[in-house]
Amino acid sequence: MRKTPLLIAGALAAPASAGTISVTIPQVPVAEYHRPYVAAWIEPAGGGAAQTLFVWYDIKKKGNEPGTKWLSDLRTFWRKGGRSLTLPADGLSGATRAPGTYQIPLPANLKSGAYTLYVEAARETGGRELVSVPLSVPAKAASAAGKTELGTVTIR
Amino acid sequence: MRPAFRLAASAAMLSCAVPALAHRAWLVPSTTIVSGTDDWVSIDAAISNDLFFADHNALRPDMVKVWAPDGSPAQIQNAATLHYRSVFDVKLDKPGTWKIGTTQSAVMGSFKVDGVDWRVGGRGPGGPGGPGGPGRPGGPGGAAPGAARPAGEGPPPGFQPRPSVATVADIPANATDVKLTEVIGQNNVFITAGAPTATVFQPTNTALEMVPVTHPDELVSNEPAKFRFLIDGKPATGLKVTLVPGGKRYRDGEGAFDVTTGADGVAEVKWPFAGLFWLNATSTDAHPSAPRATERRMSYTATLEVVAP
Repeated sequence: MRKTPLLIAGALAAPASAGTISVTIPQVPVAEYHRPYVAAWIEPAGGGAAQTLFVWYDIKKKGNEPGTKWLSDLRTFWRKGGRSLTLPADGLSGATRAPGTYQIPLPANLKSGAYTLYVEAARETGGRELVSVPLSVPAKAASAAGKTELGTVTIR
Repeated sequence: MRPAFRLAASAAMLSCAVPALAHRAWLVPSTTIVSGTDDWVSIDAAISNDLFFADHNALRPDMVKVWAPDGSPAQIQNAATLHYRSVFDVKLDKPGTWKIGTTQSAVMGSFKVDGVDWRVGGRGPGGPGGPGGPGRPGGPGGAAPGAARPAGEGPPPGFQPRPSVATVADIPANATDVKLTEVIGQNNVFITAGAPTATVFQPTNTALEMVPVTHPDELVSNEPAKFRFLIDGKPATGLKVTLVPGGKRYRDGEGAFDVTTGADGVAEVKWPFAGLFWLNATSTDAHPSAPRATERRMSYTATLEVVAP
């Protein structure tokens, strides 16, 4: 696993694959609550293609108005890559989550470097929020917090 | 009925069982103020979550009524029902304030026969809840309670609709656990040709009504507006009135806010910005006018245009 540290003086051998992010979906005290659609992706800090980490949506809803209908409400995700995914996508798509904190491993094959992690949430009859956190690989601790639709997003 | 509409109707009936769904019925006029009396207004009507984006169901134009400024009935013209919205025109050939909208009056509920749950009616047309109408062509059609389920139009696999009867009169004599709710609502827009008038705001003193203190066609974003709400002609005190601005796609938050009426039934609204707002108030009490009903659910909805100062 220890492939990179020779180049970085003093860096102690954090394997590039060690990163995990945690995403908190907050409780929202409203009369009509629906679990939010949430997507996360990373982009190289210097620009480049976005890589989707996950997209949680109403994966089971079929028929006239399938759950995929509202994916474009994650409007930044949609533009950054959602629109070119074929869903459901193995290892990426999942059902919507209840409020709580969820751990998602970063891809093991991420190259060392600087990235930005984006997490976007959109809720039916609710709001939409985009949170970004600077991400370096090998992973260093970092976090940011949303104000409305997302809680803390942490990298460790 | 076209198949597509049958689906919509049955979807509306499905949503009866899930009260958390807040699909909003709305009307959006091309303008609320015109000069002269040879103008037209074109109105979009739909049911959707996000205002005012038509992405769910059309509101049936045959539910729409028009009140001319003198209170007399007038017609909609050029009505068309599209996939996600309907459109129609009104020729504003008299000066003053016109009222255009839907009214809903229905009885819904449930009862049991031999331990089987039955439903009464469907979601009425035009309310904030659904496009509906009883939505069940053929009605009970002589099916004996407890017998074969009526064929729902295109229910999802595995879904078995509860049997239903169309009206209270169809409830069989041996029914037990009868629970009926009267549902009354209206959903309006107001268009003014020339100077505003108030005839169309004359209350009928039945159920929940809005009588403006600030005329709905004189709303300006830097001037607070006042609306009086009445229930059976008396001030509706402590009534929560929700305002939802249109255009959610162009900001992050839903942006909805509530105001509450005072002892005089008046709610004051301070506009956060100019634009279209969907106003909605609901109230439930135990004073239905329909026979056998024990509960009354009332709603008042309007689309308001607030201009920049």
